[in-house]
Amino acid sequence: MNNKDLLNLIDITVSFEGFLALNKLNLNLKKGELRAVIGPNGAGKTTFLDVITGKVKPTNGEVIFKGESLVGKKEHKIARLGVGRKFQSPRIFENLTVKENLEISVTTPKSPLNLINKSIKDEQLNEIDRLMKIVNLAQKVDSKAGSLSHGQKQWLEIAMLVGQKPDLMLVDEPVAGLTDEETDLTADLLKSLSGENTVVVIDHDMEFIRRLDSNVSVLNQGTVLCEGTMETIQKDKKVIDVYLGRPED
Amino acid sequence: MSLSKIKFDKKIVLSFWIILIALIIAAPTLLPVFRLNLLGRYLSLSIVALGVDLIWGYTGLLSLGQGIFFALGGYCAAMYLQITSSSEFPNNIPEFFALYGVEKLPFFWEPFRSPIFTFFAIWIIPALVAGLIGFLVFRNRIKGVYFSILTQASLLVFFNFFNGQQKLINGTNGLKTDVTQLFGQMVGSESMQRLFFWITAFLVIAAWFFAKWVVKGRFGNILIGIRDDEPRVRFTGYNPVIFKTIIFSIAGGLAGISGALYTVQSGIVSPQFMTVPFSIEMVIWVAVGGRGTLLGAILGAVFINYAKSLVSEALPASWMFIQGGLFILVVTALPEGVLGWIQGDGPRNLLQRFGLKRKIETYPSLEVNNKEGNNE
Repeated sequence: MNNKDLLNLIDITVSFEGFLALNKLNLNLKKGELRAVIGPNGAGKTTFLDVITGKVKPTNGEVIFKGESLVGKKEHKIARLGVGRKFQSPRIFENLTVKENLEISVTTPKSPLNLINKSIKDEQLNEIDRLMKIVNLAQKVDSKAGSLSHGQKQWLEIAMLVGQKPDLMLVDEPVAGLTDEETDLTADLLKSLSGENTVVVIDHDMEFIRRLDSNVSVLNQGTVLCEGTMETIQKDKKVIDVYLGRPED
Repeated sequence: MSLSKIKFDKKIVLSFWIILIALIIAAPTLLPVFRLNLLGRYLSLSIVALGVDLIWGYTGLLSLGQGIFFALGGYCAAMYLQITSSSEFPNNIPEFFALYGVEKLPFFWEPFRSPIFTFFAIWIIPALVAGLIGFLVFRNRIKGVYFSILTQASLLVFFNFFNGQQKLINGTNGLKTDVTQLFGQMVGSESMQRLFFWITAFLVIAAWFFAKWVVKGRFGNILIGIRDDEPRVRFTGYNPVIFKTIIFSIAGGLAGISGALYTVQSGIVSPQFMTVPFSIEMVIWVAVGGRGTLLGAILGAVFINYAKSLVSEALPASWMFIQGGLFILVVTALPEGVLGWIQGDGPRNLLQRFGLKRKIETYPSLEVNNKEGNNE
């Protein structure tokens, strides 16, 4: 642990009635880092996000974010501290328009009094315009989010995540169901976000992960099997055994 | 394109309001007192329906216990009237106390000697009770059907408690208001009833605008967000507990106002306001009128209740069947309610089905976009 780290997970164990979803998981993230997390089904990838965002309380272990423990904090408190999350299947508010969705994400402070009393600030409107341009939804401002295509929904959710201005972005399978072209654009977008933000991407799509060109953590059975660049982990024997499969000779 | 998005001409809106206000002013001369009084009662019920729409239609909280707050408002108003009209009774307290040997006004009724206190109590007490119940329930993340069951259970607790308290609130007999005095006149008198009708009509409009203000903009969007995906709202940094408590409390306050108006126009408040079927009926009005459309809640409450009285006069036993049928129809065929169906593409789809209207050739959004493209 050193003070350049944004997030430290220390010996995290999550037990669901005896089943260990996470088993003494350790993981450190530097500020501005882009990190990919891969692993076979049931490796605990989503539980790992649940622990950071407060949805699941770890049975054991400690989550330190910006020097503060997150364990036991409520989800919305953790979100306000600067942890943003994009879900596996796009979770946007389908009955609201694209703009209204983004308004919800960029609004600060997130108190009822502020929402009912004051109209949205100009800088927040500008931010919404900027986000809509980045994700190519500018023409869809007033469309119901439910009418968007799958790819557009994924992007809207990414835009909402960015609009929250989190220090740490947790992105769960952002390219599931996207076309190749959309996948490439998403990879570029996430790469451009790192540096200023710290981004964790969880995915199965190896091409996409390769394109991210980042450090990769491989999870297996609730613990970190191996960490390193894509090249390193592809040569790692343990990883090949559990996940990548042996190349056919 | 849905009706709600059509921008009505200002002149049409203005003339709509002029006609509506003219009707409200003229209603007492047009309608016989009996009908006027019924209309006034049903209008007051539309205020509690607005509250149900806010919590259920917008926020997804199906409360089956709004009768609690409705009755609380009614009791506040009725007790004030009884106390102010009690000068000729022994000990200067409402007559019924003597029946149970009570010689002193119970302490919690003391402040109700003041009209100003009562004016605020009618909506603040139900709102506080709703806020308290709501906070405890929402904080423990009880939602969905468990929330509905809990509100119904609370309703039964209140119902039984009020039924048993003869010495405090005249128990199962309730508190009568029609023979009490207000402004030197009998509350049950024709002139007072006319006044109450006007007050009610005004308050319905005020409550409607208030509800519109609440759901407009980002606050309302958060409510819809909570209804559709509460965890997502939480992970975006909002605390749904506070939002739900606030809106539940607002609905409680509206129910209180509604109950007070209903009480003075029906002449009595009793634990019957807290029966299970009555609170369920409130939900039916909103479901039939149109969940999530505020106007639908008002129209649903007024029309269903008027239909109920008309049908009950003609065929006394048949109303329950009609009401049940109406509810089944709405659940199966019109899940958005009547107004929701009209505002959606319901009428157009129906006409298309009978071949009376041309089908849209492409996706509606494409047609709209093309039009916009041509204009440029």
